[in-house]
Amino acid sequence: MSVERRLDVNRHWCKGCRICVAFCPRNVLALDREGKVVVMRPDDCIWCGDCEIRCPDLAITIVKEAAS
Amino acid sequence: MPHIWCPGCGHGIVLNSLLRAVEKLQLERNDIVMISGIGCSARIQGYVDFHTMHTLHGRALAFATGIKMAWPLLKVIVPMGDGDALAIGGNHFIHAARRNIDVTAIIMNNSIYGMTGGQHSPLTQCGDHATTAPYGTVDSPFDVVQLASAAGASFIARTTTYHARDMTRLLAAAIEHKGFSVVEVLSQCPTYYGRKNDAGDAVAMMERFRDETVKVTADGAVPGDRSGRMDGAHEPVPVGLFRREERPEYCEAYRTRVMEPALEQAQSAARDVSP
Repeated sequence: MSVERRLDVNRHWCKGCRICVAFCPRNVLALDREGKVVVMRPDDCIWCGDCEIRCPDLAITIVKEAAS
Repeated sequence: MPHIWCPGCGHGIVLNSLLRAVEKLQLERNDIVMISGIGCSARIQGYVDFHTMHTLHGRALAFATGIKMAWPLLKVIVPMGDGDALAIGGNHFIHAARRNIDVTAIIMNNSIYGMTGGQHSPLTQCGDHATTAPYGTVDSPFDVVQLASAAGASFIARTTTYHARDMTRLLAAAIEHKGFSVVEVLSQCPTYYGRKNDAGDAVAMMERFRDETVKVTADGAVPGDRSGRMDGAHEPVPVGLFRREERPEYCEAYRTRVMEPALEQAQSAARDVSP
C-alpha cells in the first residue's frame, strides 16, 4: 500500500507572513490575492517540511494518507 | 482560532518547535506543567493542552520552583521573554540556575518588549532603536549564555527561529535534562523591533539569523579565530549546545539533605515517647 502526501493549508490560521514562501527550496508556495498561502506547484514539493516547521501560525501540515 | 501574535512573529515558531519536542519525547499532557509570566512570549501557554499557569511578570520561575518542589515528577517548562526573564525576573533567573532545580527555561529573545509597545530590554543590542531609545540604546546587553553559565545552569543552549529543527532537538534535550536548563531562542519581532531598526520583515530577520550565526562545536567551543576582533558588533552569534553537565538537582538534594533526616528525627522522637 503506497502513501500519498499532500500539503494541507489552514487558511483561517495563515497570516501571510511569507516565511514558508521564502524558505521553500523548490518554490512550491505563493501568496494569493488575499495574502494567504497557496500550494502553487504541488508536484515540485520534495516534502522537506521546512514550511511546516517554520510556520509561526501552524497553518501548514504535511498530511500522509494511504492511497486508495 | 488563529493565535494573537503578529504576522511573522517568531514566538509562533517556538510554539511549533516546542509541540514537536513534546511529541518527540512522547510525554503525557498531564505530566507537563507550563508556567509563564507576562508578555507576548507568556501567551504561549494559552495554546497548549498541558497544565498551565499564567503568573506575575518575571516571577514565573518562582512559581515553577514551588510547583516542582511540591510535585517533583512533573516536567516543568517556563517560557519567558527577554524582559520577563532578564529584567523583571533577573534575580529569579540567576537563583533558579544556582539551585539547579529541574526546570526548563525557554528565553524567547526578540530584543524588545513587544506587548507594551516596543521598549528596549536588557537584551537589546547597544545602538539598537526602541520606543524608549529613539537615539539608540546606550546600555550593553546581557549575554544569556554567559550569564546562565556563571549562575550555574547545568544545561545551556542557544538557537534561533530559523534553526527550527535544531530548536526542536535542543528543547527536547533540555526537557529531558535533570537540572536547570536554559534555551535562548533568538526570535523576530517584525512589528516593533523590525520597524524601529529598519530590519525588514520576518523573512529578512530570519535570514539574518541564518547568516549571522555560527554553530558551536560538539564541546561547546566557538569555532574560528576571534582573538583579533575588537569591535564586537559584527561578531556572528554562536548557537548550539554550550553546556550539559550532571550536578545535584535541587529537589533531590532537598529530599536527601532535609526531608529524610527530618523525617527520621521525627520518627525517633515518636519512638522515644511511645511506651
